[in-house]
Amino acid sequence: MTTHTIDESLDDAHHDHKMKGIKRWLYTTNHKDIGTLYLWFSFIMLLTGGALAMVIRAELFQPGLQIVEPDFFNQLTTVHGLIMVFGAIMPAFTGFANWMLPMMIGAPDMALPRMNNWSFWILPFAFAILLSSFFMESGAPNFGWTFYAPLSTTYSNGSTAFFVFAVHIMGVSSIMGAINIVVTIMNMRAPGMTYMKMPLFVWTFFIMAYLLIAVMPVLAGVVTMVLTDTYFGTSFFNAAGGGDPVMFQHIFWFFGHPEVYIMILPAFGIVSTIIPAFARKKLFGYSSMVYATGSIALLSFIVWAHHMFTTGMPLFGELFFMYCTMLIAVPTGVKVFNWVATMWRGSMTFEVPMLFSIAFVILFTIGGFSGLMLALTPVDFQYHDTYFVVAHFHYVLVTGSLFSIYAGAYFWLPKWTGHMYSDSLSKWHFWCSLISVNLLFFPMHFLGLAGMPRRIPDYALQFADFNKWVSIGGFAFGLSQLIFLAVVIKCIRGGNKAPAKPWDGAEGLEWTVASPAPYHTFSTPPKVD
Amino acid sequence: MNRSNQRWWMEICLVCLSLFSSSAWSDSQLNLTKGVTAVSREVYDLHMLALYICTGIGVVVFGAMFWSMIFHRKSKGAKAADFHESTKVEILWTAIPVVILIAMAVPATSTLIDMENNDNSDVTIQVTGSQWKWHYKYFDQNIEYYSVLSTPREQYENQDGSFSGNGALKGEDYLLEVDKPLVIPANKKVRFLITSDDVIHSWWVPAFAVKQDANPGFINEAWTNVDEPGVYRGQCAELCGKDHGFMPIVVEVKSSEDYDKWLDEQHALTAQAENAEKASLSSSMSKAELMQLGETVYLAHCAACHQPTGLGLPPTFPALKGSAIATQGSIEEHLTLVINGKGMMPPFGKQLSLKEIAAVTTFERNAWGNETGDLVQSSDVKAVSEE
Repeated sequence: MTTHTIDESLDDAHHDHKMKGIKRWLYTTNHKDIGTLYLWFSFIMLLTGGALAMVIRAELFQPGLQIVEPDFFNQLTTVHGLIMVFGAIMPAFTGFANWMLPMMIGAPDMALPRMNNWSFWILPFAFAILLSSFFMESGAPNFGWTFYAPLSTTYSNGSTAFFVFAVHIMGVSSIMGAINIVVTIMNMRAPGMTYMKMPLFVWTFFIMAYLLIAVMPVLAGVVTMVLTDTYFGTSFFNAAGGGDPVMFQHIFWFFGHPEVYIMILPAFGIVSTIIPAFARKKLFGYSSMVYATGSIALLSFIVWAHHMFTTGMPLFGELFFMYCTMLIAVPTGVKVFNWVATMWRGSMTFEVPMLFSIAFVILFTIGGFSGLMLALTPVDFQYHDTYFVVAHFHYVLVTGSLFSIYAGAYFWLPKWTGHMYSDSLSKWHFWCSLISVNLLFFPMHFLGLAGMPRRIPDYALQFADFNKWVSIGGFAFGLSQLIFLAVVIKCIRGGNKAPAKPWDGAEGLEWTVASPAPYHTFSTPPKVD
Repeated sequence: MNRSNQRWWMEICLVCLSLFSSSAWSDSQLNLTKGVTAVSREVYDLHMLALYICTGIGVVVFGAMFWSMIFHRKSKGAKAADFHESTKVEILWTAIPVVILIAMAVPATSTLIDMENNDNSDVTIQVTGSQWKWHYKYFDQNIEYYSVLSTPREQYENQDGSFSGNGALKGEDYLLEVDKPLVIPANKKVRFLITSDDVIHSWWVPAFAVKQDANPGFINEAWTNVDEPGVYRGQCAELCGKDHGFMPIVVEVKSSEDYDKWLDEQHALTAQAENAEKASLSSSMSKAELMQLGETVYLAHCAACHQPTGLGLPPTFPALKGSAIATQGSIEEHLTLVINGKGMMPPFGKQLSLKEIAAVTTFERNAWGNETGDLVQSSDVKAVSEE
């Protein structure tokens, strides 16, 4: 698909002008450095959000209130959700975008390197503000990551302003990151790389970035309304003042539904890169994959109210949102079928990136199945706001998005560090994660069907048995992630030298540069034909 | 946690062992309830249909994946084929899912149309959620009351100090029991008008397949028609603050005759309560009586926020012990707050009787070292609430 030449004399690798120490990281405009920063930041956030989740699971280990007060429990679930969505998953994908997009399209860097620096460096402040509210007298936000009004306005505790400001900064960061991705992909592709020749990875990030630009301002709008309702006496969401609390949910989910695709489209891109590499066979149905991604993105704008079937919508609204939501199963199904067809009659090997990708396809599909069941309005009345929903979105976000992130990290670690990672340790990470994550999330389906509502700190006795298992799975899954930390640190410090292309079936421009990737790559664009 | 590590570990080991005992699994329910109404059974059938379809698709898709993982692996000498495109196949696996989806959408639509038909009801009940209890008001009946969690605090706050809690002491309906359940007749179409006094709650009874949000300032409709008398339990399904997990719903379905009998009893009780209110206006209670009743009322209605110790959970829920309003402020001021509420504090005027308000105010002004010595009588409450 591609040929290229690197003119060594023009390669900037030998005079890369890196600053030393902390300044290198503070002032960097290099896409690889910024990618590294994003990835480390997201991993720290994953462990932070995971620690909160483990306190939640410790409280839910048995019936009765043992460890935390109900109000603090609500703070834990709220901040856990916010951190995982905005701190762990989204920055990890931006990290991948930074590291890989320029190398995949043969560009020297991202299009807007200074903005790139800024969009990363405001993030730690956003999360410092959010987390600092735990240490305030009023405590952290306690109204759920979906911050439904009026619980988040009239009835909120004193830290709402901190929450709103933190979300604003996260939004600014995401929008800048997204603009950078769009501008880079539109303008900096190597000569000859037409849109339909871009790797699918690039396509999914391209579409994801458009979704971000479309909906992050909506989030900014809705948190601002929460702010003014709480502190300045407006009544956007207060019926007594002429507002409507359900309008909050419409605006929030108009952001929130595309947001969930923001967190899964890049995962599709990563997995679509890895499966062909280890099946040693081209991705099946490339163009249908592009169209399916686009369809999912478009549909994501007209399904938001399926989160709100119980709010009292007219029958017509319920039917419309049910049909549109069911329709999403079609392009999503096309993707899954294409992955299976890519594996079919391939010549497969099962290195750790492939293991995570296969687990992704199976477990994400299970999350898709429960999603389809949730789309059916009459049954959604039973599933809504129960552990069935909790199981559903953890299957798509943990065994979906997070597993794809691990797959991608293992796939490109040799390119990033120049070393091969420890095969045995990484297999331990995979198998421990796979077993514990299913112990953690699968029984939640049963809990939800049996009638356990989400976001409760204590539960009736018939839910006790499964909750024990879920908690044990949770602790095991949390601890298993430390193995990944060990793998990465070991890989950075040494290990077998990685060749430029460690996977024989891998394709793409990133494998044409040395491992580790030189500080500057593609100062002269490669030619793609 | 001020317990010894050793004990903690022992408890964890015991708990782990108990996971493997077969009796521990006896009450676990794996699937959705079929429920006790025509609609809930339709919903159950739809759930099973969707589950079977998903399982079927899963078997085919995962089967193909595992087949290729087993037989098309490099270590078995598999050579990669080079096909990577087929418009025919793409059309096929777009069209087949569409057909399957239509097969699911048809029954879903008809069930939904059924569920949303609120016409021609026999009984109408207004359901109002508030932090953290439910209020039921029977239309045309002059019957209304609050329904509050009746599981004693000792059961969920683990006051015996053990990590595993006094599991043996938790009742069968732990956290799913209330002081006064909603009572409805069997085989009658009962319509619920659902709303809220503060934040959004959600009224959910799985056995009826009814879950409807209670939105402040708006009224939602839902209905049910239950076949068989019995007691059915549910919970608030929308995060509504601190005690979201502690506002269950219990519905007692009675046969028509029993329901009519119950209505008569309630009318008699209402009349009795009205007479008692009148009587209490002209009599006064002793301090001991006021304090005793006051403590009961306080624990049932006030302790969730202000805590049994009177220390509250500042800054959200202020302490009453030593507070300005309960020790220095005038009785009128204190009563106004209790009757009308303020900010997050709900108004108790319509929820408690004059006597109960008098008693609880007296209690707050004399408990936990708040030694004002003030006694508040029903007539004082009446005077303030009429201002």
